Amino acid sequence: MVQKGAPLHKGATLRKITTHWKVHNHSMTIQSEKVDLGARSCISSRVDMEGVNGKSVGHLFENISSFVRQCIFSVLNVGPVPSHIAFIMDGNRRYSKKQNLLDGDGHRAGFSALINMLKYCYELGVKYTTVYAFSIDNFKRRPGEVASLMKLMQEKIDELTQEESIVNRLGIRIYFQGNLKLLSDCVRSAAERAMVKTSGNSRAVLSICVAYTSTDEIVHAVQESCEEIWDDIRKREVNNAEGNFVGLKENGKDENEHRVGLTDVDRHLYMSVCPDPDIIIRTSGATRLSNFLLWQSAHCLLYSPTALWPEIGLRHLIRVILDFQRNFLYLKAKKKQS
Amino acid sequence: MDLGNEVQKILSWTSVCGNLALHLIWLIVHLIINVWYSALGIARVVENTLISSGLLKSYNAINISKVRYLAVVIDSEEARQTSKVLELLRWLASIGVLKKSQTAIIEGLNKSQKATASKIKSQEAIVEGSNHGTLVEHVDLEFVSFADSKPAVAKAANLLFAKHYASTILEKPNFTESDISEALQAVGYGGPEPDLLLVYGPVRCHLGFPAWRIRYTEIVHIGPLKSMKFGSLIKAIHKFTKVHQNYG
Repeated sequence: MVQKGAPLHKGATLRKITTHWKVHNHSMTIQSEKVDLGARSCISSRVDMEGVNGKSVGHLFENISSFVRQCIFSVLNVGPVPSHIAFIMDGNRRYSKKQNLLDGDGHRAGFSALINMLKYCYELGVKYTTVYAFSIDNFKRRPGEVASLMKLMQEKIDELTQEESIVNRLGIRIYFQGNLKLLSDCVRSAAERAMVKTSGNSRAVLSICVAYTSTDEIVHAVQESCEEIWDDIRKREVNNAEGNFVGLKENGKDENEHRVGLTDVDRHLYMSVCPDPDIIIRTSGATRLSNFLLWQSAHCLLYSPTALWPEIGLRHLIRVILDFQRNFLYLKAKKKQS
Repeated sequence: MDLGNEVQKILSWTSVCGNLALHLIWLIVHLIINVWYSALGIARVVENTLISSGLLKSYNAINISKVRYLAVVIDSEEARQTSKVLELLRWLASIGVLKKSQTAIIEGLNKSQKATASKIKSQEAIVEGSNHGTLVEHVDLEFVSFADSKPAVAKAANLLFAKHYASTILEKPNFTESDISEALQAVGYGGPEPDLLLVYGPVRCHLGFPAWRIRYTEIVHIGPLKSMKFGSLIKAIHKFTKVHQNYG
């Protein structure tokens, strides 16, 4: 049984290992729980000694790699760890061609890579993870490909929201960010269901950008800001008409304050639920952002490994975290300046 | 009780030793990383020297026409080195980037540097410093700063509000990207989208270049301005000419 992470105290560094023995039906089950408060992670491993079979070897391998990963993350956690990492999942189709897979299998492999990165980010202590799943520009692809991607997306969303999925086990809340009206009804409903089902999770946040572009996000934010100001003005007018005249200075607002400010636009962005990303990783070596988080990435470390998205692994994450730590003071100073 | 206290002391001591060991390992890892980057830096210097001297033939012929709009972001601290900034502009001119049909967009300069750089606009000069000495007639430069980014969008939003939310609107407006583009142009913050953005600073980061203009811009990190090399500029532009974009 996999246990959810225990509540962790910020800044704590004590390492606590408990061993729990249980004898059941002539088999011995060893359950050990490691809680590394400094790393904000909790792993639970089980070694089943009922005979030697493939399953137990697989579990053993998983436990060993998990242990090695925890050791690496314990070292990384000595330095600053980003609170928000964003991923542009580029290269699924090229991976499919490279590996001679069927159409769509590249995206499935990409989903597995996403789950792995989500797990690593959680274990490392990265609270916010954002992924660029589907751009508004991607609707320009062949209709057959778009339909197949939508179907895969719906399938994976439903998988993610099941009780035993990694999202619920780790306490991750999901947000779907973008112009969801552009999605088909079934995909949009699946997305809305996922957001409701995970609304009680609070250990980490996963933002899935779908039907999203940064410029569309800015347009939406500007529109919402204007609507809000307009509603304010209308309410004042109604109050005045009803004789509830409030002097210009009494309610603290005058005509000059009915202006859209920078903070208004910031507040109405889709991604206002998260802080600005510290790192954006785009796979397949491309050096452009392709209309992703342009507003939020002013002081963000950009990293473009040449690996295709399904090939991304722990080593890439370790590399970028080390880069982030090397340049942390500079990026922090730049953020303060702005 | 004594046993419990002893166990606690041992655990506490083990934890302190463990933390010290982790810190030491972290420092050693970062030392190794720094040594690695230093070695990479030396390799880059050698490569840039070979490129500048023309020995690497693949970099001798660059299809510069592919770079219609080039942007340069310079870290504000590094931009204080005015001589280096002007040297960079001369290099860009020598490559042939700064012609009548092309624009360089520079972010990060202060007022006096902009004034100095603007003088280049009206001068005719034979630019030296590379094998690509070219007669330069007019240099088209645009200077941007943080004010051109987020505050510009707020100004554009106010213009749209004034235009579309009149006192008696019958139907709620529905803004589009074209509306925002036109509003930005109207408030003086429009401009072309650069094809290539070169970052001169310690980190690959666009430092707040106007968001509306870098949707599909290739963002390439050159390195600190103080150690800039002509070869690295050539290499970045050469690599850009090989890029293919799907736009979807």
